[in-house]
Amino acid sequence: MNIRRLFLIFVPYFWLLALFLVPFLIVLKIALSDGALAIPPYVPTLDFSNGWEGIKTFFAGLDMENFIFLTEDELYWRAYLSSLQIAAISTAITLLVGYPIAYGMAKAPDEWRPTLMMLVILPFWTSFLIRVYSWMGILSQEGFLNQFLLWTGIISEPLTILNTNTAVYIGIVYTYLPFMILPIYAAIEKLDESLLEAAEDLGCSRMQAFWLVTIPLSKSGIIAGCFLVFIPALGEFVIPSVLGGSKTLMIGKVLWEEFFSNRDWPVASAVAVILLLILVVPIILFQRNEQKQRESEG
Amino acid sequence: MTRRFSWFNATSLTLGFTFLYLPMLILIIYSFNASKLVTVWAGFSTKWYGELLHNEAFLDAAWVTLKVAVLSSTFATVLGTMAAYVMVRGGRFRGRTLFSGMIYAPLVMPEVITGLSLLLLFIAIGLDRGVVTIVLAHTTFSMCYVSVVVSSRLVTFDRSLEEAALDLGCSPFDAFKSVTLPIIAPAVISGWLLAFTLSLDDLVIASFTSGPSSTTLPIKIFSAVRLGVSPEINALSTIMIAIVAIGVITASLVSKQAIARRQNEEQKALKQ
Repeated sequence: MNIRRLFLIFVPYFWLLALFLVPFLIVLKIALSDGALAIPPYVPTLDFSNGWEGIKTFFAGLDMENFIFLTEDELYWRAYLSSLQIAAISTAITLLVGYPIAYGMAKAPDEWRPTLMMLVILPFWTSFLIRVYSWMGILSQEGFLNQFLLWTGIISEPLTILNTNTAVYIGIVYTYLPFMILPIYAAIEKLDESLLEAAEDLGCSRMQAFWLVTIPLSKSGIIAGCFLVFIPALGEFVIPSVLGGSKTLMIGKVLWEEFFSNRDWPVASAVAVILLLILVVPIILFQRNEQKQRESEG
Repeated sequence: MTRRFSWFNATSLTLGFTFLYLPMLILIIYSFNASKLVTVWAGFSTKWYGELLHNEAFLDAAWVTLKVAVLSSTFATVLGTMAAYVMVRGGRFRGRTLFSGMIYAPLVMPEVITGLSLLLLFIAIGLDRGVVTIVLAHTTFSMCYVSVVVSSRLVTFDRSLEEAALDLGCSPFDAFKSVTLPIIAPAVISGWLLAFTLSLDDLVIASFTSGPSSTTLPIKIFSAVRLGVSPEINALSTIMIAIVAIGVITASLVSKQAIARRQNEEQKALKQ
């Protein structure tokens, strides 16, 4: 082990330990502390000046009270459940919208593909906040959509969409659509066209061939896309607070309000810890899918 | 392949891309609206752009954002490239699993949690919130993106080239500088660009880690947006969309040209 290699490993390692792992341990610690009217607003604080005794009283002061509080207060239950629900439903809608687009891209003439690809990636580089904001002007009471629908005569009174859960669904589908399209496109593009011909030769209709060949063979892309939408959507803050209403309950927003409005740091930390525990399941499933994918490719 | 490009495919592509681009298009069009009422068209005007130029608060925020983005993406590129090198070439060492875990975890970590945990750290160590804390925070999460981009390039890269340089008497650092770096340069550059846009874009982590004197543009936009749609924000958004679009298209044209030139040179070399 030479000095240079040690340095190369140490610098990024230390950085991540100090600015990723340690902060998270602090969150865990504060989640086990009690709120207090002090600076910082929680007790106990670790005090090394009393030596070993100080450390012991510090650990004795930690408890699960905040977690018990979270299970007792209905608000948090509802917030977690409604985040799961909103994330799941919008993932399903994104799949329904994204699959045909990915399919169309994979079947498009070769010379179009780089352009189509760039058109899908371009929104990803554009500010997330601006993309969410762009829907405010469309969905509002006197917004573009209502004006259009009134003009065509489909509706006679403007619809209330902005500041409802519907707007949140639209926002999530819109902003995360590229994450769904790209893995599915990659899966369909690799698909061997002769398999479809074989299926048709063996008497499948086009539709049957699609269900029996294309869908199963693009399964890994579908799974990857769904997780790439579901995981970030679950902890989403910007979309529910810009497009959602006061009734929209999402855990990211609850955490934010606990911290900035109620200034209850221990509860905010406990909310964060539980959110992370919920996320561990889909993240592990996603990793497993990726692993399987890599192995099948050799 | 073209055999199956049916009307259905053409329709889904058209509808899909309309869905992706129409909201931004409407926003751009309405940024040129003369009326203060954002939903009523009252003729073409660029006055909102003019007002933007006189809005000190926005200009200050833009300056802070740019500073943070340049600094954090540069640090993130250095650290991320190092991390990628360790991951791909580092071999075995104690705590490697923890290291790769810490590289991948921030990619899936909800921003509210990253922001909260960093803020609690800064408070615990008594660091005043300002440009420095935002830069530290942005560097941390974007170095992980950089390292993923760079390591995917390093994996496909023929190690024997490096070994040849070492055999021919290069020091490891020289070998890295004159062999490895030029080959992975495109990945390093796109890592930097990614880190830069992530930083420009970030609202949540910046909100947790910024102080009163260091408001970034997304924080400013967010607080304005909460009050409703405004033509000034439309104008600002349009400028930002234009910058990104020009940047991405230029980058792709340049890289396309570079590939074409290299292929051309390779063919010439083969003919000789």
